[in-house]
Amino acid sequence: MNDVKFNKIVIFLNSLVPLALLAWDAWFGKIGANPIEFFLRTTGVLTIVFLFVTLSITPLRKYYGWNQLVKFRRMLGLYAFFYGFLHLITYSIFDKSLSVSAIVGDIWERPFVAVGMASFFLLIPLAVSSTNGAIKRLGGKNWQRLHRLTYLAAIGGVVHFWMIVKSDLTYPFLFALVLAGLLGYRIYAAFEKLKVKN
Amino acid sequence: MVSKMSDDIKSSKITDEKTYLNRRNFMRAGLLAGTTLATAGVYRFINPPPPKEIVTASIEDISKSEILVYKTAEKVNSFQEITNYNNFYEFSTSKTAVARKAEDFVTRPWTIEVGGLAQNPQTFGIEDLLKFAQEERIYRFRCVEGWSMVIPWVGFPLKTLLDKVEPLGTAKYVAFQTLYDPKQMQSSFSAGIDLPYVEGLRLDEAVHPLTILATGLYGKQLPNQNGAPIRLVVPWKYGFKSIKSIVKITLTDVEPPITWNIAVPREYGFYSNVNPNVRHPRWSQATENRIGEYTRRETLMFNGYADEVASLYNGMDLKKFF
Repeated sequence: MNDVKFNKIVIFLNSLVPLALLAWDAWFGKIGANPIEFFLRTTGVLTIVFLFVTLSITPLRKYYGWNQLVKFRRMLGLYAFFYGFLHLITYSIFDKSLSVSAIVGDIWERPFVAVGMASFFLLIPLAVSSTNGAIKRLGGKNWQRLHRLTYLAAIGGVVHFWMIVKSDLTYPFLFALVLAGLLGYRIYAAFEKLKVKN
Repeated sequence: MVSKMSDDIKSSKITDEKTYLNRRNFMRAGLLAGTTLATAGVYRFINPPPPKEIVTASIEDISKSEILVYKTAEKVNSFQEITNYNNFYEFSTSKTAVARKAEDFVTRPWTIEVGGLAQNPQTFGIEDLLKFAQEERIYRFRCVEGWSMVIPWVGFPLKTLLDKVEPLGTAKYVAFQTLYDPKQMQSSFSAGIDLPYVEGLRLDEAVHPLTILATGLYGKQLPNQNGAPIRLVVPWKYGFKSIKSIVKITLTDVEPPITWNIAVPREYGFYSNVNPNVRHPRWSQATENRIGEYTRRETLMFNGYADEVASLYNGMDLKKFF
């Protein structure tokens, strides 16, 4: 087994650790007084964290020259999708009893639900087009263009978090700061590229 | 050069392939175990287990009422649930972190200043208040965030205290204030609400027999995280009206400002009666998540106390005065 393959296993298992601990705590009844809320919040935060990790691959690669990193990006992005999916089904089952009308009503009445839902739906085409075959069919350029939706999904995720918080904005603020850094890097890189061209 | 270097290494010193692979596998296993343990450690650091239960002093001679509204037929939430899921923004804005953050909160000595529009304003020590006849009141508790519990409080009617200071005829409202001590209350700078925490009731709400000052729960004095040493409990209103760790009660003739209304006037009104028909921009108020249950249940008008309190609001538009 080569190093890339092994490192993939390391990242795969580490990414499952939060879910394993959630399941462990739930099984032993140690997940707190409100397991549904805890599961919802944890999967939501994990979705944003994995989006951030995915978005930090390019800056790290460029800055440190760790080109191997790009080989792990697809898996990290799919984990963001996976935790987002868990977040959405927890909400749909336990909060809304799988009632479509209740969910639609919620989206209509509560902007933060609409923003969260939209951000998750942005991730669906990205997950679907993550296979080697899809990349080939789309062509590298188009694929790259499509996957810039990640930026929008990450912004939506942070806005969603910001909106649900009642009054203590410490954590949404920190998340927004990290996001600003990650997106700021891209703007900076685009400017640099323009300069070189001229 | 090259040949000289290779001459320097004796063939016996070259690691054979099998050992090399074993060593590599060993290191890989170590790396795998190490990183997953570290990730688990980070998770545990962010989500620590609840602190050890602190046992408070028992309250003697608690009378238990036979009136159904005072004892309910519903399943009571566990002590563990009631004491590890608290909104007490002075300590933390995370409901599961309050118990730990409030562990060293000092509640003795403690006095409550009761005054304002009263014939006989007085300052009471907590010892005096614990001498009032203590009753058990098992009430539903509905948080504006859409969760609820059933809690066996111990306490006495607020009216008992107000009667001692003899409110003047001009008094129309009662204002309450929580202790504010940033040295003990570490989260106050980032809570996002103005402190000290203040609340208020109309005088007729305050003297209603359901309204109590709670000094304990489950037969013991209040744990810090639940608002020690004394708090308000108004079971037909959203939980944030039931102000904790009270140091001041003032009778007044104007509607007193209340903390959450100051913070977000659109979301939290002065009355804040539990009302499934008044929509809230964040949470569904039509249903609630009873702690310990996995499907949401219907929220009842006035939290199920309509027979007792609906008459207080005759002729009022409760959508306007939400």
